[in-house]
Amino acid sequence: MFPPVPNPTLPPEAPRFGEKDLIRRSASTVTPPAERQTEVAKLIDVSKCIGCKACQSACIEWNDTRPAMETNTGSYENPHDLTPDMFTLMRFTEWENPETENLEWLIRKDGCMHCEDPGCLKACPAPGAIVQYSNGIVDFVHENCIGCGYCIKGCPFNIPRISAVDHTAYKCTLCSDRVAVGQGPACAKACPTQAIVWGTKDEMKDWAADRIDDLKSRGFENAGLYDPPGVGGTHVMYVLQHADQPEIYADLPKNPRISPIVEAWKGVTKYAGLAVMGIAAATGLVHYLVAGPNRVSPEDEEAAEKLTGEPPHEH
Amino acid sequence: MSTDVDYDVEKTDGVHPGKPVVVDRYTPWARVNHWITAASLVLLALSGLAMFHPSLFFLSGLFGGGQFTRFIHPWIGVLLFFSFLGLFLRFWTANLWKRDDSNWLAHGRDVLAGHEERAPEVGKYNAGQKLVFWSMSILIIVLIATGLVIWDQYFSAYTTIGQKRWAVLLHAIAAVVIINVWIIHVYSAIWVRGTIRAMTRGSVTGGWAWRHHRKWLRELVAGSPARSTPKSTPKSTNEKSGRTPAE
Repeated sequence: MFPPVPNPTLPPEAPRFGEKDLIRRSASTVTPPAERQTEVAKLIDVSKCIGCKACQSACIEWNDTRPAMETNTGSYENPHDLTPDMFTLMRFTEWENPETENLEWLIRKDGCMHCEDPGCLKACPAPGAIVQYSNGIVDFVHENCIGCGYCIKGCPFNIPRISAVDHTAYKCTLCSDRVAVGQGPACAKACPTQAIVWGTKDEMKDWAADRIDDLKSRGFENAGLYDPPGVGGTHVMYVLQHADQPEIYADLPKNPRISPIVEAWKGVTKYAGLAVMGIAAATGLVHYLVAGPNRVSPEDEEAAEKLTGEPPHEH
Repeated sequence: MSTDVDYDVEKTDGVHPGKPVVVDRYTPWARVNHWITAASLVLLALSGLAMFHPSLFFLSGLFGGGQFTRFIHPWIGVLLFFSFLGLFLRFWTANLWKRDDSNWLAHGRDVLAGHEERAPEVGKYNAGQKLVFWSMSILIIVLIATGLVIWDQYFSAYTTIGQKRWAVLLHAIAAVVIINVWIIHVYSAIWVRGTIRAMTRGSVTGGWAWRHHRKWLRELVAGSPARSTPKSTPKSTNEKSGRTPAE
């Protein structure tokens, strides 16, 4: 088994990362720190998950959220979707394997993937509302959030949710506050089967490789690691029994990437838009300087007076 | 002189002989309607630009911070939509495209060089003004439609994320275009002297109308006597309630 996350030390500890470790900050330019912290990752082994929802409970407890009570709609999924108060959700899929005709119960713990290239951060217009630390954690800073919902449009995984209470966006923080003092995420701590494990990204990849070998030896020949390159890899990874078809796991995207529409909006439109407005204003100024004002001449006034039949008279 | 199909004098337009001649162009309500639209367009541009480019985020300070900017922007958009609808209903007939407009546009270079006399005579609106009018109309429809799609506070449930992505891109592009149309509109009003009083006092001088909208002036003068009677005693040219020459 993977060595479990140690219990906290008793004396208080200074956070191990913070503002100085930002590699990205929404709507801002930051100078990345000279030294990057060791990249961390959470590995979710779907093949070991028993669907107990201890992770959901731990998440609710640690983050002190109160997801609303809902009614049973014929699925174990509860609540029905990620909400501003439920940062992680077990998604249950009953899938019939066409090759073996076995019913497979696929349970995927959904939540923020902590992309290396985060679409939410790219879309965010509020400086510092979304930050990425050099260890890979993508975090929302609520006092800077304006509640516009652009992060929802930027996210390739449909994760952020806007709270109707304080109008800011919420999602999994990868327990950045726990990780800062050497702890693992609450969900990983609570998982009874070690389907959720926590460590450095390299350790997690090695661990996943062992798990994939094991799964292959059991006949899951397409077992593999979900660490999608389209978003530069993620800091939450899955071991999937059927890595060739991630979409069977409650629509996990096969090749997630920041939507080209979002790229166009936050790329060429942003820069070209400002440039065009600047050029338009400058053209007006230059025209004014070259052509001068277009004034009505006394002859024009006289012509109008003649037309209206008023005889030109002296004053 | 003709009162043919091109006739686009409006009921409230009027000409008052005198020195200078004064021509009524916009009623008080048209002006109020215009300035509500103008104010909301400017506020929308400022609050929208704050959310458009990080270097302009400071503009959100004008609205009391990012949260309030995000909240108020769509409501100002609703105000603009209905306010512009009022302008549209007032002005659309006079802005219908005529054959002469294409001809005038072909003389665009002359007009910009200050040789308007080489272009055909113009009715109440020239081709440039009509293009501004129709661009604004179309862009405001695009902006309100896409704006509602991305107004997450009330309408997030009605569209998919894919649709919202398209909406936000179109909204940004339409906003950039309408700001450019606005720049053209404002610049023209500044460049062509004597124009702004049409929207402040409601009238222009006869010389202005002769120089820029000669056909309109001719039609006004040739029109029914009701339209061309002076408001008070015809000869007291200098005391016409506030209608003094521009400069």
